[in-house]
Amino acid sequence: MNPTPDAPPLGGCTDLPLLKERGQREVFCGLTSIVWLHRRMPDAFFLVVGSRTCAHLVQSAAGVMIFAEPRFGTAILGEKDLAGLADANEELDRVVEELLARRPEIRTLFLVGSCPSEVIKLDLGNAAERLSRRYLPQVRIVNYSGSGIETTFTQGEDNALACLVPLLPRRDDDSPNLLLVGTLADQVEDQFLRLFRKLGIDQVATFPPRRAANLPAIGPGSRILLSQPFLSTTAKALRDRGAQVITAPFPLGVEGSSAWVRAAGETFGIASARLEAALAVSRQRGQTALARYRPWLEGKRIFLMPDSQLELPLARFLHEECGMVLLEVGTPYLDRQMLQPELDRLPADTRLSEGQDVERQLDRLRASEPDLVLCGLGLANPLEAQGIATKWSIELVFSPIQGFDQAGDLAELFARPLQRRSRLTL
Amino acid sequence: MELTLWTYEGPPHVGAMRIATSMDGVHYVLHAPQGDTYADLLFTMIERRGKRPPVTYTTFQARDLGGDTAALVKTSVADAVERFHPEALLVGESCTAELIQDQPGTLAQGMGIDLPIVNLELPAYSKKENWGAAETFYQLVRRLLKPQIPAPGTSRPAPPEGRRPRVNLLGPTALGFRCRDDVTEITRLLAEVGVDVHVVAPLGARPADLERLPLADANVCLYPEVARTTCDWLERQFGMPCIRTVPIGITATRDFLQELGSVLDISVEQALRPDHMASSDLWGEAKGGTGRPRSRLPWYSRSVDSTYLTGKRVFVFGDGSHALAAARISEQELGFELVGLGTYSRESAKAVRAYARSRGLAAVISDDYLAVERAITDAAPELVLGTQMERHIAKRLGIPCAVISTPIHVQDVPARYAPQMGWEGANVIFDSWVHPLMMGLEEHLIGMFREDFEFVDGHQSHLHSGGRQENGRQGSDSPDRASSDLPDDAPEADTTAPQWTAVGKAELDKVPFFVRGKVRRNTEAFARERGLRAIDDETLYEAKAHFGR
Repeated sequence: MNPTPDAPPLGGCTDLPLLKERGQREVFCGLTSIVWLHRRMPDAFFLVVGSRTCAHLVQSAAGVMIFAEPRFGTAILGEKDLAGLADANEELDRVVEELLARRPEIRTLFLVGSCPSEVIKLDLGNAAERLSRRYLPQVRIVNYSGSGIETTFTQGEDNALACLVPLLPRRDDDSPNLLLVGTLADQVEDQFLRLFRKLGIDQVATFPPRRAANLPAIGPGSRILLSQPFLSTTAKALRDRGAQVITAPFPLGVEGSSAWVRAAGETFGIASARLEAALAVSRQRGQTALARYRPWLEGKRIFLMPDSQLELPLARFLHEECGMVLLEVGTPYLDRQMLQPELDRLPADTRLSEGQDVERQLDRLRASEPDLVLCGLGLANPLEAQGIATKWSIELVFSPIQGFDQAGDLAELFARPLQRRSRLTL
Repeated sequence: MELTLWTYEGPPHVGAMRIATSMDGVHYVLHAPQGDTYADLLFTMIERRGKRPPVTYTTFQARDLGGDTAALVKTSVADAVERFHPEALLVGESCTAELIQDQPGTLAQGMGIDLPIVNLELPAYSKKENWGAAETFYQLVRRLLKPQIPAPGTSRPAPPEGRRPRVNLLGPTALGFRCRDDVTEITRLLAEVGVDVHVVAPLGARPADLERLPLADANVCLYPEVARTTCDWLERQFGMPCIRTVPIGITATRDFLQELGSVLDISVEQALRPDHMASSDLWGEAKGGTGRPRSRLPWYSRSVDSTYLTGKRVFVFGDGSHALAAARISEQELGFELVGLGTYSRESAKAVRAYARSRGLAAVISDDYLAVERAITDAAPELVLGTQMERHIAKRLGIPCAVISTPIHVQDVPARYAPQMGWEGANVIFDSWVHPLMMGLEEHLIGMFREDFEFVDGHQSHLHSGGRQENGRQGSDSPDRASSDLPDDAPEADTTAPQWTAVGKAELDKVPFFVRGKVRRNTEAFARERGLRAIDDETLYEAKAHFGR
């Protein structure tokens, strides 16, 4: 663990060659983001325009929950739509009308593009505009793509947020305000809001908001602090609206959270002494919680399969704060600019891979004899059956893991499979 | 375009995956975009398999579309054959690949690979999962058995003397409803009448096993949704008789045994009595009595504790076979009243319609979740027997629910032995269908005393939760629904509709919650018939006398 906040980074693998692979990719498409976005914004509805496969994907992922009122659905394309026999736009209008009649409380409707709708070039952007004209001011209708051919898993959130950016009201006031961008658990968000208030940064808004109808205002005074690493498109869209993006590591672990808060504090001209004073208690608490799990993780070898783009910040945390050995850090997509602060903190010999050829990657994985593998659910049980401990990666997107008070929980997520193995006598 | 909140079946290529994953030695190359590998989770998570499904996906991305996606298919086929050494290869497309028309099956067949290759043509925009499974199984069996088809007019050779009759069990698959334990239970049932199981397929079979199918004396079509096409083909080409009764429920299991007996020309008399031991001998088992009761359902259902089940209004929905079986069990074996029946399996529409008609009901033949929801709302049942999707509807309407058919989620692939078929299947069914209903004593007490602070209206204390109050809390996402006491009626405004007076409404609230929906509808219908504008307590009791109960 890095004891002093100002110590130089541990390594830096900025210049390391990156293993770029093409082949079978065992990842989710962006539609999956609906599974958490519908909870973040309960006044929104996500209507996928796609095939039965898309409908099946979303319900397989979320259908274990029992819904009295579904918050997502699919307009399934039929043969008539493909043959051009039915005017796709008229069909879509009819489906939206049917949906809004059943669910009059919906305030924002996302038309979500899929592989089939992209391949047949159905112009959902246009459709969203047309439908908005019809249903505004009651319902706002927007569009983004969650297709597998264009997006991987969390990139769906990136596109969903990016499509809301043009709708953010303009901030008249040019004074600096802070916008936290990226879905955080409510409780984590509250913690950070309290901390920023303690630092004297009062003007803080969050995006996405908790109600899709309450979009935060944005202007040249806005400073963007990204809480998730997969928001390249959203960051660009916000920059285009005059906001400035603060570059920082992501708030995973005590060090990541400290660096993240510090970056914001410095941008807002908070004196270093005040910053450190405000952070001291949180840091101490986070380190205490982490210390409990460090013995389980220290020296253990971990292999991270690509999934959510959280892999680099996670690897940094697991190495820097938990003492784990990184065998390979895979990511579906590497935005070097965005992740530079993370790359700077990774050990110099880290093997990075972008993209995937799953069979070859599994060959490397088995050869490297990991103690723990971070991977998706399609691989987890099969690897366990081969005697390899796994931590399923999707959980990291669904759990409160950011911030000081979650640093221990985050480490626990990785320690748990190892603890479990030591408990079971089977 | 069709608005779908929940889909009863996946796309047809998921059906093909179910066949490939059920078997050993079969590999499936699927031309599909990045992301379609989600389907692996169905097998590794819902079914908890410790192996990856034998599926290689091409996982093309947008940037590949400008290039040579056909080359991608060929590379994937070559890599899969080299890495996995399958004994037979399935090649097909997912819905998006169908749009770009690379003809992957034809490509693979032209690669000079020395393997049986099945080119799957599964129209993703018109067909669904079960069709995909049935078609894949049929095409695979056909491909493998083609060389063995006897010349027309050849009669089947008689089985050798002294060999026990043997049958194939066809239809069980990965992700089917309780297939794992049904196979075990039916194998036991067959053993009891001296019949051997020759090949179980597709579950657990290899391509070589499929080549041995014609050596059995008959086929047992356990899951018609998957195996009907194949059984028909084997009957046509190889003259193999087929046992078609699906043995779910006591009566159906008896019928199944009788059909088996007549097809194989063996005696099944001994095995026909499910309760084998007299009910008074229930404990005889422990004393080393004459043998276990084959099923406890008949006695459990006759015992006085089950009297309160009489006439419980039940709505049944699922795939064709499970829905029909459930309807029959509900009426004949549990004494429920069937108030609704439907299926999403269009192939079973005729049979389901006929059964419903014979009960004076109109069957719901639909894969539209909203249509099913409407039908359930209108029927106001006290119990819903359905799929994972009906659990959503039942939650919304506050009605007890048990799952009888796919689609299912992880809780319906249990660790314990939990067949639906045969004698033990009937035991499992008795327990799981009665469980969600309110226990008899509680039902009486809630009907008598309505101001308890703990046992409130709709509460079911034998479950961890239950009742309206719980629903109200869960329903924070839809306070408008949760706060209204009853499910909403059809949306169209009816100005002539009779209105409830305060005293009428108060009286209605005294009706136990699980029949309240029905009482309200009956009373309103009664009032409308007589042209009444207002409904008071008197109207309610007049309607009650008119309709009974």
